[in-house]
Amino acid sequence: MEVLITHYKRCDVLSIIGRVDSYTAPQFQEETKKITDAGKYKLVFDLSKLEFLSSAGLRVLIVTQKECKRYNRGEVLLADVPPKIYSSLELAGFTELFQIHKTVVDAVATF
Amino acid sequence: MSLSTYNFPGRYSSLSEIAEIVKEKSSEAGLQEDSIYSVECAVDEACSNIIEHAYQGEDKGEILVELEVFAEGIKIRLIDHGIQFQPEKIGNPDLKAPLSKRKPSGLGLFMMRKCMDKVSFDFSPGTNILTMIKYRDTPCCTDLDSNQES
Repeated sequence: MEVLITHYKRCDVLSIIGRVDSYTAPQFQEETKKITDAGKYKLVFDLSKLEFLSSAGLRVLIVTQKECKRYNRGEVLLADVPPKIYSSLELAGFTELFQIHKTVVDAVATF
Repeated sequence: MSLSTYNFPGRYSSLSEIAEIVKEKSSEAGLQEDSIYSVECAVDEACSNIIEHAYQGEDKGEILVELEVFAEGIKIRLIDHGIQFQPEKIGNPDLKAPLSKRKPSGLGLFMMRKCMDKVSFDFSPGTNILTMIKYRDTPCCTDLDSNQES
C-alpha cells in the first residue's frame, strides 16, 4: 500500500493505492495522523486506486473522520470510489458518515 | 470437486498471499467479480481475527486454509490452534449510530456474516474450525435468510 499526498491551498488529497488490510492499516493510520497532527483537517481521500479495504481500513477512516470533524474544523471526503469498495462502505453503514464525490476535482471544490 | 490446503504463518503479512489464493480458487469456482471480492473480504477478516484474538498476536501459531471448489461454489475452512473464539459474545455493530457514537471496531465478524452465504464455528480442544460457503450466483454482501451460524 502507498499513500500519495498532494497539498492544495484549501485541502489535502490523499491517494490510497493498493490493499488496506490489517498489515497495511497501521501505515495508513500513520500517514493520516501526520496530516492531522500538522493541523490539516480538510482532507480528500482519492480511492480510485484502492484495491481492497478491510475493517482495519474502515477503522482508520472512522478515526480520521472523528478527528477532522471535531470542533467543526474540517471533514474527510471520499472521491472516485470503485464499486467493490463502495459496497464495503455501504455494508458498514459508512455512506451515511462520509460525503462521497464522483471525482477528486468535485471533492476538492467542496472546500 | 477439488480440495487445496495451505499453511500460513499467523502474521498479518500473510494476508495478501492468502487473498491471492482465495481469489484464484473463487474464480475457479465460477464466482463473479463482486462475489470473489466478498470472499476475499470474509477470509481477510477471519484470518485477522485469528491472529488478533485466537493467537493474541503475530507469530504465535499457524493458519490452515482449506479451499474446496464444488459444483455450487466454494467452501473455505480456516483452522487455528489459538484461544477458543466465542462468536455469541460479539454483537452486531450499530450501523445507524451517528459518527460521535460509532465504534471504530467490531465490524469484522459482521462483514464475514454478510459477505458469505454460510458461516459456522466449530471447536474441539485446542482447535478452532471456521467454515464459510459462498454459492455461485448469489449477490454480493447478501442478506439472505440462509446466512447461518452454528
